[in-house]
Amino acid sequence: MNANKKLGVFIASAIVLAVLPFVVGSTLGNSWVRTIDFALLYVMLALGLNIVVGFAGLLDLGFIAFYAVGAYTFALLGSPHFDIHLPFYISIPLGALCAALFGLLLGTPVLKLKGDYLAIVTLGFGEIIRIFMNNLNAPINITNGPQGINLIDPIQIGGLSMGKTIDVAGFALNPVHMYYYLFLALTVGVVIMAYRLQYSRIGRAWVAMREDQIAASAMGLNIRNIKLLAFALGALSGGVAGGLFASFQGFISPESFGLLESIMILAMVVLGGMGHIPGVILGAVVLTIAPEILRDVIGPLQMHTFGRMIVDPENARMLLFGLAMVIMMLTRPEGMWPSKRRKAEFEDAKKG
Amino acid sequence: MDIFLQQILNGLVLGSIYALIALGYTMVYGIMGLINFAHGEVVMFGAMVTITVISLLTSAGVTLPGPVLVLIGLLVAIPACMLLGFVIERVAYRPLRNAPKLAPLITAIGLSIVLQQAAILIWGRNYIPFPPILDHETIDVFGATITQLQVGIVVLCISLMAGLLVVVEKTKLGRAMRATSQNPAVAGLMGVNVNTIISATFVIGSALGAIAGVMVATNYDQAHYYMGFMIGLKAFTAAVLGGIGNLGGAVAGGILLGIIESLGAGYIGDLTGGFLGSHYQDIFAFMVLIAVLIFRPSGLLGEKMADRA
Repeated sequence: MNANKKLGVFIASAIVLAVLPFVVGSTLGNSWVRTIDFALLYVMLALGLNIVVGFAGLLDLGFIAFYAVGAYTFALLGSPHFDIHLPFYISIPLGALCAALFGLLLGTPVLKLKGDYLAIVTLGFGEIIRIFMNNLNAPINITNGPQGINLIDPIQIGGLSMGKTIDVAGFALNPVHMYYYLFLALTVGVVIMAYRLQYSRIGRAWVAMREDQIAASAMGLNIRNIKLLAFALGALSGGVAGGLFASFQGFISPESFGLLESIMILAMVVLGGMGHIPGVILGAVVLTIAPEILRDVIGPLQMHTFGRMIVDPENARMLLFGLAMVIMMLTRPEGMWPSKRRKAEFEDAKKG
Repeated sequence: MDIFLQQILNGLVLGSIYALIALGYTMVYGIMGLINFAHGEVVMFGAMVTITVISLLTSAGVTLPGPVLVLIGLLVAIPACMLLGFVIERVAYRPLRNAPKLAPLITAIGLSIVLQQAAILIWGRNYIPFPPILDHETIDVFGATITQLQVGIVVLCISLMAGLLVVVEKTKLGRAMRATSQNPAVAGLMGVNVNTIISATFVIGSALGAIAGVMVATNYDQAHYYMGFMIGLKAFTAAVLGGIGNLGGAVAGGILLGIIESLGAGYIGDLTGGFLGSHYQDIFAFMVLIAVLIFRPSGLLGEKMADRA
């Protein structure tokens, strides 16, 4: 692609992204704008997990724990629960920092593990975090247990609160619109970070470690440090997304941070194209939007064809999701949009 | 002292069930080097099918002694789960045998979601009580109590494990399994049909899983579509604790984990001055798992393997 064409694509996508919430909001309704907001959150999460799984090759099934840490940090520092109301530019970085610390906490004991073992330990770690969130309401009430934390402060920039609809030059600017732009800005930040990391010394070190740890350390790489860095940086983006989620939703409870969420994010990375940033973004967007479409389609379709509900739509949705995971892996294990390198590896494996 | 003994007994019952499920994980891991993530769902199906059969029989007016009813339920559930195990291997693992490790893991997780949702479709989202057909008569052991049912569970577990050990060590099938786990390619050259052996491993593991599922359901008096997840995770922990791929290790690991868990749940309140209560029971398995993998990645009875963990 020459420079002019690149600039053209860039400008076109910038315009599309800028007007997207209004077009979608006026045609499909604001609930779809909300879905798009969630898609952006998941893009951030998936890119964070992609650092750990895709770049460094460390299989993490407890990634949602970092999202939870970010969300709970934000919620505890900005809700009536402790009656602390820190501004977001303090509590989101704090949440990200806490998540990164938890990343190190998880990373340190599992340095020697890989593959399935690592998967199962990270899964256990995620469950430990969830069990603590669920139970730390007695004897000292920290997380408010299964009820979760309510009335979390919306993000405020200057005098502008993102929790209320405001009027800008005749346009009604809903919270979902405002959050969209905030999320978009941060997502672009995370994308840039991911790209910069990928082609940096660290990124190349991760790939070297992923491909052959022994050879990498023989070349002088400090495996311990780059592994911990992968965990910490992945957790960092998870923490940021968590804080944003807490303020956007206004309410969090341990239920939002179960194993299924971790699996969902892993599926975004793997089905999208592990280690390939555009693929991961595609995976996150498709896996957020598609279930919502299914939700809208399954119920009415059943009513239409059978005249009554035969299968609970939520149930059918998950069933299809599971089937899609299996079929996708069987027919296209390299993902929807793999990097050239990975595609070549898979073609090699098929031949040999 | 009573509490201590009581917790040990509880742990023993729980642990022998873990051990039975852990055998399924460890056999598959020993042969294919993969965690069968859908094994917990096989356990769940075993429990659900048995309960359904028993309810059908009792509502049809069949009056038989409780244990016989359970046995009939098992006679339906075991073949069903064996078939399920066979299908899981065929769908999720066989096509991906030469693919990178992550691919079969994802298919197994996907299949596990499908099975859970199928269970919701068939049995609904609620807890299903185990029909009250079994006595819960208690036996007194030095001030602690254990029910006859629990004694039965432990005895059955031990005999099944012994049976499996005989199969693996003494029969032709067992020899083929051991050969395949050491080196599938060479085993194939020696005339072992590797595909059949792998299928057999899944099928045997699933049969044990089905029995374990019924035990869980009788012990807790209920079953649930999600029950396979936690128990599967713990059984896997037990397998790792004992040294994965090692049958004796899975048994030792399962029983040890059961005892650690119940002792932990019994004493955590005292140990932390009331700060943490027994609802933290579930974290012990993970703590143990992490500790084992750090200090002795090959497990208690496992062989030293440089590249394993």
